[in-house]
Parts: sequence; structure tokens; C-alpha cells
Amino acid sequence: MSDDAREELAVPSAKEAKSCAARWLMERRLAENWSDADQAKLDAWLTESPAHLIAYVRLEAAWSRTDRLVVLRNPISDMAEAAPSRAALPLYIKTAAAIGVVAILGTAAANALLYRNDAVFSTPVGGHETVKFADGTRIELNTNTSLRARMTKESRTIWLDRGEAYFQVKHDSASPFVVIAGNQHVTDLGTKFVMRRDASRLQVALLDGRVRFGMSDGNRQSALLSPGDVAVATSNSISVKKASSQMLSNELSWRHGVLIFKHTTLGEAAREFNRYNRKKLVIADEPTARLKIYGTFRVQDAEQFARVTQDVLGLRLETDADEIVISR
Amino acid sequence: MVEATDTGREDAGPRHAGVGVIAAEICDWFVREVLPLEAALTQFLQHNWRNRGDIEDLLQEVYMRIFEAAQTQIPERPKAFVFTTARNLLIDRVRREQIIPIEAVADLDALNVAMDAPGPDRNAIARDELRRLQAALDRLPPRCRQAVILRQVDGLSRKQIASRMGIGEETVKEYLAEGVCALADMLYGETANVRRHP
Repeated sequence: MSDDAREELAVPSAKEAKSCAARWLMERRLAENWSDADQAKLDAWLTESPAHLIAYVRLEAAWSRTDRLVVLRNPISDMAEAAPSRAALPLYIKTAAAIGVVAILGTAAANALLYRNDAVFSTPVGGHETVKFADGTRIELNTNTSLRARMTKESRTIWLDRGEAYFQVKHDSASPFVVIAGNQHVTDLGTKFVMRRDASRLQVALLDGRVRFGMSDGNRQSALLSPGDVAVATSNSISVKKASSQMLSNELSWRHGVLIFKHTTLGEAAREFNRYNRKKLVIADEPTARLKIYGTFRVQDAEQFARVTQDVLGLRLETDADEIVISR
Repeated sequence: MVEATDTGREDAGPRHAGVGVIAAEICDWFVREVLPLEAALTQFLQHNWRNRGDIEDLLQEVYMRIFEAAQTQIPERPKAFVFTTARNLLIDRVRREQIIPIEAVADLDALNVAMDAPGPDRNAIARDELRRLQAALDRLPPRCRQAVILRQVDGLSRKQIASRMGIGEETVKEYLAEGVCALADMLYGETANVRRHP
């Protein structure tokens, strides 16, 4: 058999690849619980032939485009029709509202007083911990993160006081799950999402399920997020954009201890490394900070990263005990 | 309430290691730069290949070649690269199958027309996207369309869609799978009719 013929046999017809990819995509998108084993099976299929991967990526892109059809939803019929089949809905709205009030009243100190028994979890700079709760919920804390958890039979509330965390929530319609960060809250409808709180902004990226993301200050601005949505809230606005699953998995690369840069500026890359390391990267000037870099690094390898900029971009390094200054 | 804390990373998989990262990069690039060319590429293949039944597979092969090349380096000029790849593929096919003379394959003039055609205006696309989606939705078979609407507009679960439509959960998947295939062909494979207006 010639090489050509063998290659021919290995490639499925486009029709086959598409219909198989479509079924995989729907298994994935419709799954209530997508396990690592499921993912492994999908990965195996995807790597079987580039034709599989291509068909899947193409259909996934098309399907993601249809996510925006959600704007056609009629809010009134939604409430009327969805409520009977989803008894949790009115309850969660009530609970979210109640918690919203708490959030307005409560500075961190007041909350601490009110809920003396809250469990507190935190990580130092460079830390990474996973917390497993009895209800099956898992929260993974990234570097320099602090959160409090108040888990009862009636409601589950997390305050993200600082940093970044990845949530895998076991849905329980009798006990809504709400994450509060400053004046923002995320109400979960059974899902996976990652939330990052910086000084002036809060970012929520949704991987799976549905969440409602809104302000707790009564101005009623909120967004229902679907998988792939990345919502960014500042003190007075919320914006939502769509991210590809690859972009999302890059966002979560810290879970595997790596940073993935794709056309990232040196300035942003340095900020990322500085979240994880005591020895800080300092970019000396603005033009240097705007240079783009590309690559994958372990979070603790700031020095290696600096050396790469030296080798690849021809930049100068000055290192002392506390910082590495990168300049031209 | 809290069972345990650990620093476990049991699901730290190989997905972010070398190959995975490259593949993710290429997939993003493919969706962003190559898929929007699918309508023009399909037209190009149709103009230059007699057997309409081959077009889908030819398209797949063009994509595979593009993916393979992108593993080494992501092409800087996607449009030129995509059409050159398509042309080379047709030439290879002609040579191998010896069914039609090489002259039958488009000369570069025809290619240049396709390559120089103005790219889609991204703002116009954003404005028209919803209209285009709705138009595509309208052309789906009725049951299939209903399933897509219940999922993507109303956000119902697989179980809820099944009970609403009075069908099994497996059939829900089949309808949606059929729907996404048709939608992808309409969204990527056809020239946007919203751009036909002056």
C-alpha cells in the first residue's frame, strides 16, 4: 500500500467528521456534569485525526455565535415558563436580594462581626490551595487570595475579599450559592467559573452552567452569563465579552502552575508574574513595557522569563535582592 | 462543614503542556482568520472543481493542510495562505488523479480576485450578526429549530427540552447536532446575504 493510500484511509470523510464532532460538542454542551473521564474521551477523539479537531473547532465556533440569541428571550415568558420547572428560581431571586442588602451594609469588618463563625481561607503570594466542602463544592485559591465561606443548609455564601479563585459548584436548588466581591455578586445556577478581584475591577469567566452576575447596590444592573462569557465589572459598569474555550483555558492556566502569554505586553506579563513572586519584575520604560511576548512559563519562573526577554528581545537586566529591572 | 484543604492538583493534566498550547493557539487563529474565509474558499473550490460532491472533502483537506502548516508557524497573511493552499491542493489532486488537465485549475488571476476582495467589515458583521443568526435559524428544519431555540434562547436543560418537545434526551442531542452542522454551513460556508445590499 502506498503512503498516499494509507493516508487516505486514515482521514474520515468531511461528513463523518462533522456529524461526529457535532455529537461530541452537544454531549459537552448539554452535560450537567462533565467529568475528567468524559474530557479524556473527547480529547482522545480530537487527537485521533486533525480532521476531528478541525470539525469540532469549527462547529464550536458556530455554536458559540448562536449564544447571543439569548437576547431574544422574552423575560416575562421566561419567568412564567421556567419557574414551574425550576422551582429554585424565585427562591434564588429572593435570596440574592437579601444578600445584596447585606453586601451594601457590610464592609469587611462589619461582615466579620455579623458572621463570627465564617470559615476563612487564604493563600500567601505564590500560594495555591484547594478547599473541598461537604456539599461537593470545590474552590481553588490562586496566589495572594483571601475568602470567607458561610455554608448553611439554607444558603451558601462566599466573600472573595482579595485575589482569584476557581469555583466548581454543586448545584442545590434549596441552597443558593452566592459569591460576593465588594458590591458585586455572582449567583450560581450549578457551574464552573473563575473570579478575579483586583483593586478596581472584578472579572468573572464562566466555563460551564449559568450564573447571574450583578451589582448588589440596588441599581439592578445584572447579566446572565453563559459558558464562554467573561464579564468585567468596575465600580459602576459591567461589560461582557465572549472568549474562546482556548482563551478560557489560558485564563485558568494558573491551576496548573503556568502562565500562558499570547501577544502579551511585557508590562502585563510582569504584572502577572508579580502576583506570584516576592521578587518583582520592573519594566523600566513605557516603550519596553509595550513589547509583545509569547510563551508559557511556570508562575515562579520570573527570572527565567527575564532571561528570555534578554535573549530574545535583547533587553538589559539589572537584578538585586528584591527586583529585576528590565530595560532597553 | 469543611472536609479538607489540600494543595492537590490532581487534575493538572497535560492539556497546558507543549502541544496543547500550540494547538489552542492555532484553533484561536483558525476561528478568527480562516473560518471567515470559508464562503469565499467554497466558491473558489466550486469554480475550479467539476465534481460538486467533492467540495466538502476538499475543504476539509485544505483546512488540514493549513493546520499542519500552522503547527510550524502561523501564517502572517492568512488570506493569501488559505487560497494558495487551496490552489496547491487542487493541482496535487489533478496530478494524482489525472482526470482533468492542470490548466483547469484556476490561474493566479482568479485567485487574486478572491484574495483582494475587501474583508468583511467587522462592525457591519457585529450589527448584522443577530439578523444573520435569525435568518439561519429560520432555515433549519422545524423540530431542529425548536430544539435550538429552547436551548440557546430559553436556556433549557437537555431534560427540559426533552419533556417540552415530548422526545427522548438522545433525540435532543441529535436535533441539536443536526442544527449546529447546518448553522455552521450557513454561517461560514455561505456568503452573508446581509452584505448583498448596497
